[in-house]
Amino acid sequence: MPRKKRLRKVVAPPGFKGYRPYGTNNNQRNTVELLYEEYEALKLTDYDLMNHKEASEVMGISRPTFARIYENARRKIAMALVETREIITIYGNVWMDKNWFMCNNCQTRFTIPKSMTDNSCPICSSIKVESLNFN
Amino acid sequence: VSKVAITCAGNKSSSLFDRRFGRAAWYCLFDDISGTTTYIKNENCDDLQQTGIKASEKMIGLEVEKIISGDFGPFAMDLLKKFNIQMVILQDSQLTVQEIINKLIKK
Repeated sequence: MPRKKRLRKVVAPPGFKGYRPYGTNNNQRNTVELLYEEYEALKLTDYDLMNHKEASEVMGISRPTFARIYENARRKIAMALVETREIITIYGNVWMDKNWFMCNNCQTRFTIPKSMTDNSCPICSSIKVESLNFN
Repeated sequence: VSKVAITCAGNKSSSLFDRRFGRAAWYCLFDDISGTTTYIKNENCDDLQQTGIKASEKMIGLEVEKIISGDFGPFAMDLLKKFNIQMVILQDSQLTVQEIINKLIKK
């Protein structure tokens, strides 16, 4: 029996359910399934411009595992573009990082428990705080 | 306002900050009101598993209200969330305990 997959940490889920090509004659409905962790890997490397080492630490997995997920993500997107297929996002093997905030002043990440009313950064008390979750 | 726990590598104020939560060797407890620090050894840091849960239980027992560390595992995170303990993640591993405390005092 193979070893259980370690859950990958995803900071924010993708803000869309999928992408569909238009202006094409290809009407067949076979879709490409993009997993949340693949979206996250793509975001960390190509949007946040992290290297694989840093990105793998953010997601709580090893660098080789991260590289495999990232490669899968690229291949799936390329496949969807070339074969004009629809992309849909699927939950995959992840756990969501909920209620996390980031201070834009000192880059600290933190949670705000329910019992707390103060919304400023716990380290530098800056109010330039941003939520890391969409929806 | 409260008791703050900082994960660190040793029991001196010059010790380096440890980015692991369950496997940190020591915890520095800093009291905001009196300004005192106490150091608590983590007996479970070399356990094979569930160090995060054991550490969380210890923090809950000590009535800590804020924990400064580098990362929290899923189990520890759930438990700490349930007990309304604030988790703070610092990326910089070169800080010493004293430098973190200075930041807390300054604000």
